[in-house]
Amino acid sequence: MFSGFMVNTWLAATVVAIVAGVVGFFVVARGASFAAHALCAGAFPGAAAALVLGTSTLGGLVAFAALGVAGITWINRKGRRDVATALTLVTLLGLGALFLSMASEYAPEVESLLFGQILGVSSSELVFLVLVATLCVVTIGVAFRPLLLTSVNEDLGQTQGIAPKRADLAFLAILGLATAMAVPVVGTLLVSTLMVGPSAAAQILSPRPFVALMASIALAATTAWLAVALAYRSGWPVGFFVGTIAALAYLTARASTSARRRC
Amino acid sequence: MSALFHALFARGLFSNPAVHTAAIVGALAAISASVAGVFTVMRGQSFAGHALGDLGAAGGSAAALLGISPLVGFVGIGAVAAVAMSTLGSHGRRDRDVATGVVLGAGLGVTGLLLYLDTTHSSTTGAAVSVMFGSMFAVAPSTLPAVVAATGFLALCLGALYRPLLLSSVMSELAAVQGVRVALVEASFLGVLVVAVALSALTVGAVLATALLIGPAATAIRLARSPGTAILVAAAIGVGSTWMAIILAYDSYYWSASHSGWPVSFFVVSLIFVAYLVAELLSSVGSRLATHRDPSVSRTLS
Repeated sequence: MFSGFMVNTWLAATVVAIVAGVVGFFVVARGASFAAHALCAGAFPGAAAALVLGTSTLGGLVAFAALGVAGITWINRKGRRDVATALTLVTLLGLGALFLSMASEYAPEVESLLFGQILGVSSSELVFLVLVATLCVVTIGVAFRPLLLTSVNEDLGQTQGIAPKRADLAFLAILGLATAMAVPVVGTLLVSTLMVGPSAAAQILSPRPFVALMASIALAATTAWLAVALAYRSGWPVGFFVGTIAALAYLTARASTSARRRC
Repeated sequence: MSALFHALFARGLFSNPAVHTAAIVGALAAISASVAGVFTVMRGQSFAGHALGDLGAAGGSAAALLGISPLVGFVGIGAVAAVAMSTLGSHGRRDRDVATGVVLGAGLGVTGLLLYLDTTHSSTTGAAVSVMFGSMFAVAPSTLPAVVAATGFLALCLGALYRPLLLSSVMSELAAVQGVRVALVEASFLGVLVVAVALSALTVGAVLATALLIGPAATAIRLARSPGTAILVAAAIGVGSTWMAIILAYDSYYWSASHSGWPVSFFVVSLIFVAYLVAELLSSVGSRLATHRDPSVSRTLS
């Protein structure tokens, strides 16, 4: 389980989990689960397009994540946020349906893109992953205070001289980037789960932002490691384990706090 | 004249039984989804609606594994998910958002597993794509009675719920003061949403079900001034784009030499998106004209 090509897989899962923990903290704090899900699922057609055109998968994912960010921001100018997200997502997925129909001979690859599969991660891909991860984490580190303030209260952020719209766009951009890099490991449909479940559990457990952020990273990493280990043993898709373990973490956190409150 | 007719409607369009089923099922699903969608958009429940659609994929793939009707799978899993989401997310907006996200994630994980089992046990690699992205031409004529029954059920429910639902969608405190049992209305609407999304998932596929639910409704709300008009306009956009998509998808078979048609679902989603863009354009042009006429009016409106 720890030999040969699996070493890179473990490293990749760890990198992805750290980024998911950090970004997920803000996804939960800002109530942006839908946007996270939409950018993840909406990036998938990019991979399908890359299959058809024969270009790099990551390039396709990044391009479609960027389209998603642009779509959500543009429609959100006038419509409601959730409607903007829904419309952007289905439009991207509609394109996905078209690309898939052109690339029908790649069905197994499509499934592994959607639900994740332990594939050998090459060393060059790993380097790229680490670079993008560093970029995401550093950007969040720099923008930590504005992001946190606008998550808690937009007006509060505004009094401190932070434009909520700009903070939102920056956040979506980071989210899109984090999504695109995580996809090849966990699968498009489950990336947002790794962001939402562990972070929500962490924020239930601690009201202090920094503690919650650290707990979020730790829980996301544990989820990812367990999922990879179980997927390796069973041969089932990684996404199944990510989804169920993340949900379990969230439910356990909720049950433990409500039990404590009752005591 | 007949050349033009044949350019628009490819040969055999009106005599093909698969097209007939698609047109009827598609229209019923489009009406149900768009009408339920108007309330979904007003209530800000697009994420819940989308999650129910995505989760329907678990039901669809379970149905494929067991060999039962996909509609049963969609409705069954939707009911479970709706109960889970409303029990977990009962403490405000942010809580609801996270609860929906977590339930969605768990459900998608199960979908992944079921589709994996579908492929390994029956070695039909197409199951994933057909459940997720749908194909209206592949709807079995035997599901027609169930679709008609589901649409009738929805019409009855929405008819009975209309006023309390509208009131509680616009302002739940006001509805409570007027004696509406908001929690009950909310739960019933979630039931309506499950059935509407299931119908939509049957026609355009589980992950695209949101298109029929949200797209026509969002467009209609942009254009119409009263909820009643919005519902009519939404239904018209839904049916119009579904039927046009069927025609285009049928035609697309003749577009390329290799005769590989484009998927209906792609056309449905694209037409719905184009309709939204046109509405957006119209309403921004309209408001600009209004500004020229009387600046105070548009200021009060916005």
